[in-house]
Amino acid sequence: MQTRRIVQLLGSLRLTVVCLACAAIIVFWGTMAQVEIGVYAAQQKFFRSWFITAALPGTGLRLPVFPGGYLVGGITALNIVFALIQRHKTARQSLGLWLSHGGLLLLLIGQFSTDMFAVESVMRLVEGQPQWYSEDQRHVELAIVETTQPDDNVVTAIPQALLARQSEFAVPELPFRVKVRRFMANSVPVENADASADLITNHGASRQTNFREAPRQYSSDRRDMPTAEIELLGPQGSIGTCVASLWLAKTHALSVSNRTFELALRPVRYYKPFALELTRFKHEKYPGSAIPRNFESEVRIINPEKGENRNVRIRMNNPLRYYGETYYQSGYDERDPRVSILQVVRNPAWITPYISCALICLGLAHRFTSHLITFTKGFRK
Amino acid sequence: MKEVIHWIAVGLATAWVLMGLRQPAARSTFDLEGFGRLPVIVNGRLQPMDSVARNALLMLRGKQTVISEDRKRISAIEWFVNLAMAPEQADRMPVFRIDHPEVRSLLNLPTDGPNYFAFHEMSNRLDDLQRQAENVQGIEPKDRTAFDRAVLKLQSAVVLYDRLKYTFQPDNSTNLLEELKQYQRSVVEGIGAWRARQRNAPHDEQQIERLRDKLKYFENVAASDYVLVIPPQNPEAGLDGWQTFGAALIGALGNTNIPSAAFTYAALVTARKTDRPDDFNNALREYRGWLANLFPGQVARVNREFIYRHWQPFLKSMVLYACALVLGLLSWLGWFKPLNRTAFWLATVAFAVHSAGIVFRMIIEGRPPVTNLYSSAVFVGWGAAALGLVLERIQKDGVGLALSTTIGLVTLIIAHNLALGGDTMEALRAVLDSNFWLATHVITITLGYSAMFVAGFIGVVYVARGFLTRSLNSDARARLSNMAYGTICFATLFSFLGTVLGGVWADQSWGRFWGWDPKENGALLVVLWCAIILHARAAGMVRDRGLMNLAIFGNAVTAFSWFGVNMLGVGLHAYGFMDSASFWLAVFVAVQVALIGLSLLPNRYWASFRDGGSIAAR
Repeated sequence: MQTRRIVQLLGSLRLTVVCLACAAIIVFWGTMAQVEIGVYAAQQKFFRSWFITAALPGTGLRLPVFPGGYLVGGITALNIVFALIQRHKTARQSLGLWLSHGGLLLLLIGQFSTDMFAVESVMRLVEGQPQWYSEDQRHVELAIVETTQPDDNVVTAIPQALLARQSEFAVPELPFRVKVRRFMANSVPVENADASADLITNHGASRQTNFREAPRQYSSDRRDMPTAEIELLGPQGSIGTCVASLWLAKTHALSVSNRTFELALRPVRYYKPFALELTRFKHEKYPGSAIPRNFESEVRIINPEKGENRNVRIRMNNPLRYYGETYYQSGYDERDPRVSILQVVRNPAWITPYISCALICLGLAHRFTSHLITFTKGFRK
Repeated sequence: MKEVIHWIAVGLATAWVLMGLRQPAARSTFDLEGFGRLPVIVNGRLQPMDSVARNALLMLRGKQTVISEDRKRISAIEWFVNLAMAPEQADRMPVFRIDHPEVRSLLNLPTDGPNYFAFHEMSNRLDDLQRQAENVQGIEPKDRTAFDRAVLKLQSAVVLYDRLKYTFQPDNSTNLLEELKQYQRSVVEGIGAWRARQRNAPHDEQQIERLRDKLKYFENVAASDYVLVIPPQNPEAGLDGWQTFGAALIGALGNTNIPSAAFTYAALVTARKTDRPDDFNNALREYRGWLANLFPGQVARVNREFIYRHWQPFLKSMVLYACALVLGLLSWLGWFKPLNRTAFWLATVAFAVHSAGIVFRMIIEGRPPVTNLYSSAVFVGWGAAALGLVLERIQKDGVGLALSTTIGLVTLIIAHNLALGGDTMEALRAVLDSNFWLATHVITITLGYSAMFVAGFIGVVYVARGFLTRSLNSDARARLSNMAYGTICFATLFSFLGTVLGGVWADQSWGRFWGWDPKENGALLVVLWCAIILHARAAGMVRDRGLMNLAIFGNAVTAFSWFGVNMLGVGLHAYGFMDSASFWLAVFVAVQVALIGLSLLPNRYWASFRDGGSIAAR
C-alpha cells in the first residue's frame, strides 16, 4: 500500500510542478549569486550540487538549505519515467507528450553526463611553434620531469586534489618521496616579509620571494595562482625543500643519485597524439572602432601516427572537430599579435542535446498544433 | 457615416505616414540635407553624416533636435555643421542634458531651471569633471552611485563633443582651405628639407621647423578619431580605406599627398565660416557627384539610411498605436462597433508601418531583424502586436486590440529610450556575426517573449475586467483562459526552441551547450515558468484565475529574462549590458505582483463575482 502511494506520488503532476518550481528558484538564485561569486562558483554551488548549503552563523558548519541542481534534475527524471509508465495507456494517444518528455529525459541524462565527463582546456598557440598539449584553466599539477636521457623525458604528475591533502607520495619511478608541506590554492607574492607570519618563502638565486595565501578566484577571466612548499625525502632523510608556484616561471633542477629531474607547478596538461601549429592569426577590427570583426587561426595539424599534415581554418562560430575533441577560437593575447588561444572541449555526450531537443520540439509542435486546431475551431463555430 | 468612418481614419493615417517620406524642406541657404547624405564611417559602420549627427545629439541631450537660445528648433545636422565648422555658435547651444543636481553643482551650474546646458557654461570647470571621472573609473561598476554614473556619462558626452568639434578644424582657425594649402606646401618643403638633412645635404632648417609648427597647430584634429570622413583614393579599398580628416593630414607626411576630399571638406568649412552658401553648395554638389561615380553602392546604402532616419517609422507607428489604443478603450464605454473597427484599422496601419520600419532596417543592415537590445524591443512589440491583431480578428471583443496596441506602444517607447545609448545599427562583434543564428535563435526567443507578454496581458485584462466591471461572466472567462492557455502553449514552444537554438549556437562557438550564463538562465526561467503553468493546469492545481495569475507573473519573469539579466553585467553574454532602467524593471515587477495580490482578493471585492459567488478562487 505504502509503496503504491510512493509510486503514485513519484509519477504525479504535482511533483512535476514542485520540481519545476524548485528548478526555477535555483536558476534565479544561482543567477543572482553570480554577481557576487562569479559564474564558475555559482555553477558548482547551485547547479552541480545535490544540495545548496549555507554556513551556520558562528560556526564553520555548512547545512543544506535547498535541493541543488542534481537532486532536482534527478527527481524530475524519475518523475518523467514514472509518469510515462503510469499513463502509458492514455499517453499513447498523444504522440507529442511521449516525444517531448522522452526528449527531456534524454536531455537531463545527456547534460548530467556532460557534467561528469566533459573536459575543458585551453591551447595557446604561438605562430610557428607546434603545440602538443592543452592546459587546464583551473587546476594545476606538480610535474616532476626526469631529464636524465635528453630525448626521452619521463613525466610524473601529482594532481591538485592530492597536493591539497598535503601528504607524502612515493612513486616507484622516482628515487625519492615527495612531501607536500604546504599548499596554497591561490596565492599572491608579498613585498614585505614581516607583514604577516603565514608565508611561503622562496630563496631564489638572485632574490627571495614570499607568497601569502589569497582567497580563491571565481571570476571567469582570472585564475588561481597556487603555491606549494615541497620537501623531497630520500632513503637517508630530507634531500631538500623547494617552492613550486604558478608565479615562478623557472623550474627547479635537481639531481639525485646520478639522475636529473626538473620540478614545477604548472596547469594540468592534456597531451595529444598530434600537434597543432599556428601558421597565421588574423584579428580584424571594424574600421574606426575597437569592435572585433573577425578572429581566425590558420592551423596546421601534424599527426605523425597517421602521417597527416594539413591546414585548417578555425574561426568564430566555426570550430575544428578532431580526435573526439572540438577546438574553438576563443581569444588572443593583447600583448602578442602572434598568439591565438583556442578552447578545447572533449565532450562524449555533445550529440545528446541535439537529438533530445529535436524530439522535444517535435513533441511540443505536435501537441500544440492539435490544440491550436481545436482552439480556432472553438471560436469559428 | 458609421460605415465609412474607419476608412476615413485609415486614409488620414496612411497619408500622414507617407508624407513623412517626402524630401525634407530646405530650412537653410546652405544645402544641409545634401551634407547630411554624405557617407562617413563611425564605429566601424558606413552611415550618412546625418545619422552621426542624430546619434551624437541623442547621446548628449536625448533628442534628435536642439532648441536654441532664441527658441528655434535646430536639426541635428545643422547643429553638427555648426559644431564642426563654426564652433563658437555651437558652444552656445544647450546640448548637454544634466539631470543630477550634484553634477550641476560640481560644474557650478544653476541647480534649478532647465536641464540643458551649453558647452560655454561649463567649459571652465571641465578639469574638475575630468578629475572626478578618473576617480570613478577606479570604482568597480557595481559599486558606483547614481552620481558616479552621471559623472561618467557627462564626461563621455564632453569627450564625444570634443571629438566632433575637432573633426576638421583646430581652435582659432579662420580659413581652413587656405591653411590646408599652406600645410601642403610646408609638407612638401619640410619633408624635402628633412630628407636632405638625413643625407647631410644642404637644407633649410626653418622649413622643418615650420612643418613642426603646422603639425602642432593641427594636433587636436589629428587626435579626433571619431568620424572617418575621407574616402579611400582607390574605390576597391573597401571600408578599411576610409580615414579621418586628421589621419589624412598625418598620412601626407609619408607621400606628401593630401586627398582631394580633404580639400573639399576644407572648402565647405571655409564657406560655412565666411557665410557663403553658394560656395558651400557648389563644393558639395561637385563632391557628391564624384562620390556617386566612384562609390555608387556605398552612396545608395547611405541614402537609404538617410530616408529611414528622416521617415522615423517607429515614431509614427507609436503615435498610431496610441490613437488606436485610446479609441479601443473608448469603444468599451460605448458606440462599440464603429470605434472598435476604426481602432482595429488604425492599429493595422500602425502595424504595417512598424513592419515596414523593421524591413527597412533589415535592408540597410543586411541583417535579420534582431541584432541588439534595441531591435529586440522593436521586434517583441511587433510579435505581440501581430498576435493581438490575430486574436482580435478571431474574437472581435476588443481584447486583442487593446493588447496589441498597448504592447506595441510600450515596447516602442522602450526602444526609443534604448536608442539614447547611441547608434542602434552598430557593427556586430565577431561572436554575434552570424546571420543564420541571428535569424533562428534570436527570432524564436524574441517571439517567445512576445507571446509571454500577450498571455500576461490577457491575465491583466481578466483581473481588470472582473474587478472593475460586471462583464466577466463564465463565457468571457472561458474565452480569456482559452486565449491565455493557447498563447502560453505558443510561448512554450518558441521559448524552448529559442533556448535550444541558443544552446546549439553556444556549442558551435564556445564549446558548451549550456554554461549557466545569466542570459541562458533567463531564457531557461521563461521555459520553466511556461512548463509550470502547463503542468499546474493539467494537474488541476489552478483553474482560470490561477492560470491568469501565473500568466501575469510570467510578465515579470520575461522582463527579468529580457532586461534584468543584462543589468547583472556578468557572463559571456554581457555585451547587452545596460546601466540604468533597473528602476523601471522594479516598478514593472511590482505592478505585476500588485495585480496578482488584487486578483487573490476574495470574490466579494470583484464587481463581476459579487452576486454569483460560485467562482472557485483558484
